[in-house]
Amino acid sequence: MSAEAKMEIGQLTVSASPHIRCDESISKIMWTVNATLAPAALFSVYRFGVKALVTMIICIVAAVVTEYLIQKWQNKPVTVSDGSAFLTGLLLAMNIPSTVPWYMPLFGSVVAIAVAKHTMGGLGYNIFNPALVGRAVLLASWPVAMTTWPEMASKVDGVTSATPLGILKLQGYEKLVSVFGDKMEMYKSLFIGTRSGSMGETSALLLILGGAYLIYRGYINWRVPVFMIGTVGVLTWALGGHAGLFSGDPILNMLSGGLILGAFYMATDMVTIPITNNGQIVFAIGAGCLTVLIRLLGGYPEGVCYAILLMNSVTPLIDRWLKPAKFGARR
Amino acid sequence: MAKSFRGGVHPDDRKRYTAAKPIETAPLPDKVVIPTRQHIGAPCAALVKAGDLVKKGQVIAEAQAFVSSPIHASLSGKVVEVADYPHPVFGFCQSVVIESDGADEWVEGMPLSRDWQALDAAALKDIIRQAGIVGMGGATFPTHVKLAPPPEKPIDAFILNGAECEPYLTADHRVMLEATDKVVTGMRIVMKVLGVAKGYIGIEENKPDAITAMVAATKGTGITVVPLKTKYPQGAEKTLIKVILDREVPSGGLPMDVGAVVQNVGTMVAVADAVVSGLPLVERVATVTGGAIAEPKNLLLRIGTTFAQAVEQCGGFAAPPAKLIMGGPMMGMAQCRLDVPVIKGTSGILALSEDDVNAGEEKPCIRCGRCVDACPMGLVPSMLSILGQRGLFEVAKEEYDLLDCVECGSCVYACPAKRNIVHYVKYLKAQNAAAAAAKK
Repeated sequence: MSAEAKMEIGQLTVSASPHIRCDESISKIMWTVNATLAPAALFSVYRFGVKALVTMIICIVAAVVTEYLIQKWQNKPVTVSDGSAFLTGLLLAMNIPSTVPWYMPLFGSVVAIAVAKHTMGGLGYNIFNPALVGRAVLLASWPVAMTTWPEMASKVDGVTSATPLGILKLQGYEKLVSVFGDKMEMYKSLFIGTRSGSMGETSALLLILGGAYLIYRGYINWRVPVFMIGTVGVLTWALGGHAGLFSGDPILNMLSGGLILGAFYMATDMVTIPITNNGQIVFAIGAGCLTVLIRLLGGYPEGVCYAILLMNSVTPLIDRWLKPAKFGARR
Repeated sequence: MAKSFRGGVHPDDRKRYTAAKPIETAPLPDKVVIPTRQHIGAPCAALVKAGDLVKKGQVIAEAQAFVSSPIHASLSGKVVEVADYPHPVFGFCQSVVIESDGADEWVEGMPLSRDWQALDAAALKDIIRQAGIVGMGGATFPTHVKLAPPPEKPIDAFILNGAECEPYLTADHRVMLEATDKVVTGMRIVMKVLGVAKGYIGIEENKPDAITAMVAATKGTGITVVPLKTKYPQGAEKTLIKVILDREVPSGGLPMDVGAVVQNVGTMVAVADAVVSGLPLVERVATVTGGAIAEPKNLLLRIGTTFAQAVEQCGGFAAPPAKLIMGGPMMGMAQCRLDVPVIKGTSGILALSEDDVNAGEEKPCIRCGRCVDACPMGLVPSMLSILGQRGLFEVAKEEYDLLDCVECGSCVYACPAKRNIVHYVKYLKAQNAAAAAAKK
């Protein structure tokens, strides 16, 4: 028996334990997130037409190419295949109106990848969510184009080109409800996505389904969307009405604007949010509060983007403050 | 309901390769290489020289220190060399090479038959020390030291660690099935030494037959079998005590600080053999397995058998291994050669294929928090790895509890960026120790 036993060992790897790893990888996570965004992205193409597809492709290609060029230039390993630059491009596209001229998404993607991501050191080191930085820069640079939303390609409800939150801000709640017909119609429209807005602001349903899958896979923490959307709901219900406390419409506020997209896909960006469960809850509640503050008192109708960016900036502080409960510390 | 703890990971346990295979006694090797250092504590000095004839069970190396443990010849024959040989833990170490005479004769007076109940705690402890018994789970801390806690640390609970939470390993599982009564006898001896009435056996649910066997064998002994959820690192000393007794060993403390002593299954068999039959520790059960082993087995091996001999006993390699490991895949030590010997702490010999290892290029941390969720000690492993890359051991120690890390490897297993967090932790701990030594 031992005569035929093969005993060659070849090159043995000697390294610290452990010697086995799970099957997860960065690219698996990133491409899964991309895949779960696909239904909402395709829906916006269906709603807003080919122009939306073109804008989306510009965003993604610009993001990927920018990352490739920077990594080539810096003699770093090229990591465009890990799906994170693709995701930044896609998320930026979801955050802007489909009707903007071609150079805006291009510029936004370059800023997102080159400035927000690679000046910080690349994936894992960026403080701010790159896609949101891209959007913020575009909004500051071309405020009119960035807040002019298209008519729906297939008009069912006669929604005007202003977003629901825009109408709410400028013309009031009664006017908004009348645009949709009645309250239930409004909720239905917001939930399914037959309304105006940025490409990713439309179908709450598809975004929630995608996010739910990510929660199921353990790629995002359920606490973030639940606490962020919950905070917005409670605060707008309490403070958002004109008939005193608790006269606001929480459902309208939770379903409109970029809240669903932001809460499921950007406030959950693992690189830029706290690392512990408690830290993420603080982050989500903070982002929810800032969103409501901007919506109710700020100059913009929508505040999700800035709310998340502001909370990104305090993430290191939250991480230092809220560490996990150490084993053996309780005595 | 099976008990569990916070954190941990669920690797595929891969115990199916060997769980149903009875322990096979490996043939007597022609030659053994017995290192004089097989434990934590003072190294032993060889008592024999080339040319000496030795019998199985004869003391061949000893140290006078309390925290040490003697070494015995594992077969009868002639000492051919006392020299530095490869060692699975220390690189190279003084070793006694014995060529077998084929007779496999015990030293005179072994084995004997003793009534352990008639012996007092001091006598039992002395037998255990003289038999060279150390923690056989891998830590190799001398057992008689663990059984002699200072008087200000009263012990009220003894736990037998039958969790065997490391993937692949089935040695403890088979021992619990095949030497059930010896395990219980060993436990009762140890409980007598410690003067405790409460004994527990923690066993993961993936070994239902071992749970059944131990429940039947412990009837009327005051020993409770506690089924544990199958989750790594269920068998880590601190988590085991937390799960079974709901006591947290304080940061920087030892199990005895919460009145507990934990021992390994194989150690109990060695204790029973030593006390009841007068036999020192000269052999142990180890699981020889992994995707690169042709025919994985649970082997009863003489101390000093080389890994090559053990692997040959399992049909050699099915494919050239990517990694050779002593112990389990989560906390075992990677080896660079096959001529290292089986020592008292060798619970397994793993030859892992590329597929088993599933290595990947290390990437920057993306702060996903999986390591934080996996850490049973409540640390932030991602920060330890980042501080490790920068050598910032003081920050790691002061702000991120470096010294609380038990190096279980759960964080590394869970990390999608394939970061070698335990490697950085070991590096930081070494830096810290060097700095502390320099201060003195």
